Amino acid sequence: MTDPAIFTKDLTRTFGAFTAVENISFDVKKGEIFGFLGANGAGKTTAMKMLTGLLAPSSGEASVNGFDVYTESEEIKKSIGYMSQKFSLYDDLTVSENIEFYGGVYGLPTKALKQKIEEILYTIKLTEVKDALVVSLPLGWKQKLAFSVSILHNPSVVFLDEPTGGVDPVTRRQFWERIYEAADKGITVFVTTHYMDEAEYCDRVSIMVDGKIEALDSPENLKRSFSTDSIEDVFIRLARGAKRSDT
Amino acid sequence: MPAVEVHSIYKSFEDVKALKDISFSVEEGELYGFIGPDGAGKTTLFRILNTLLIPDEGTATVLGLDVVDDYKTIRPMLGYMPGRFSLYQDLSVQENLEFFASVFGTTISENYELVAPIYSQLEPFKNRYAGKLSGGMKQKLALSCALIHKPKLLLLDEPTTGVDAVSRKEFWEMLVDLKKQGIAIIVSTPYMDEAKLCDRVALIQEGSLMQIDTPLNIVNGYDRPILGIKSRNTYKLLQALKLYEWTHSAHPFGEFIHFTEKREKPDMIALEAFLLDNGIDDAVIKEVEPGIEDSFMALMRKEVASD
Repeated sequence: MTDPAIFTKDLTRTFGAFTAVENISFDVKKGEIFGFLGANGAGKTTAMKMLTGLLAPSSGEASVNGFDVYTESEEIKKSIGYMSQKFSLYDDLTVSENIEFYGGVYGLPTKALKQKIEEILYTIKLTEVKDALVVSLPLGWKQKLAFSVSILHNPSVVFLDEPTGGVDPVTRRQFWERIYEAADKGITVFVTTHYMDEAEYCDRVSIMVDGKIEALDSPENLKRSFSTDSIEDVFIRLARGAKRSDT
Repeated sequence: MPAVEVHSIYKSFEDVKALKDISFSVEEGELYGFIGPDGAGKTTLFRILNTLLIPDEGTATVLGLDVVDDYKTIRPMLGYMPGRFSLYQDLSVQENLEFFASVFGTTISENYELVAPIYSQLEPFKNRYAGKLSGGMKQKLALSCALIHKPKLLLLDEPTTGVDAVSRKEFWEMLVDLKKQGIAIIVSTPYMDEAKLCDRVALIQEGSLMQIDTPLNIVNGYDRPILGIKSRNTYKLLQALKLYEWTHSAHPFGEFIHFTEKREKPDMIALEAFLLDNGIDDAVIKEVEPGIEDSFMALMRKEVASD
């Protein structure tokens, strides 16, 4: 059996007397699209920070691509991609300059990078605006570009933190096609979203409430066990009982 | 007298045409939604209505008053909740509400009744700094502050963006209650599913209005039969549908892909056979009702086609 792409066991993080993440345990398989859901403040961001090597856990175990979050956080950072709505691209660089910049950061050879830029621009249909400043692009285009940049270095796992918030419905779906495509190529996708229809696009989803994972299964099984036909219903029933929200 | 009347408004920022020929009216006591993605022009429009921005062309009246000439009279009659949280983070919950009440020359006790259903949920935390509140609570406080002077019109700019599904649902329940008090409410949102709770919605995209109607009429105006198709492998299914000669559109909608055909009546048997030929042996196909999002996407395609 191959190692899981992401592994956690009793992973916990406290801030003073406050337990942000409490004993979460799960595996994400290679090539899986894993939806990480939870109400505002449930602990999703803290958990993601630990998995991306940005924050040390208080206790428990976790590894990403076989690298330990306590001792090998630098190796983790090199082997993952990350994008969020907040930090993604440089507004005052052009579309192709952004790709070039990140290619340089990830140490891609010049020749390969040139080819990669063409390839990305073609796939996400941005060739025509390659010399436009990113600031002038609609949000949905930026997000498609940010996603392509986040997997520029062929990471084994990509973390997407609310990648589609506020994006128009057509572009949102084009975005998800890129996610499917990445997963099809074997990239593991770990994604958070507030759009409950997007939860349905995941192979499995977990729902966090007050720092704990209260449910984890395929969307189909979750709906069956809650006897409902929408993930939104499952989510609302679990999260309604939440004692806390975000800080 | 309509609560808001807008005629042919245009607004540009340098080269960017933020609003193009916008006209609409909102009736008294109506819950009116602007539905559209980021960058559609919603915030620009709200800033014109709340008199903070002057349109390049066109006219707008709020409660019968002109937004340019009568801005001073209009302002106290409006309650505005901006998209970005803009209360004082270093004042407590109660201090924020007191502040907004005093700016409008009133007190919390004078208008307590109106805000009570919302504010009472915050009262256990009234001494907490606003900056320390959760997303859902910040939203409730911002709404209380926008309401404390008994406005006749509420302008809520994306109050539910980035907010989880539970808080969003609670927020909309509050709006429906407020509507019963006779306050006209204009609310914008990028979440299409929220449209169905409005009396009427305006679908906005790239600075232009695509359609204005009741949610029911918008959905009923959808002119093609939709089939919902699902398979274990959504990606493979989507790829296959793109190759099918009769495909008009195929978009993931949760568990199912919403599929429409170029012909008037889709042929389910032919479709199933095609999918089988393309290696999809577990397709479930059923007829589905269109939603606002289907209509929005269909209108977006028409706009692109007519460009």
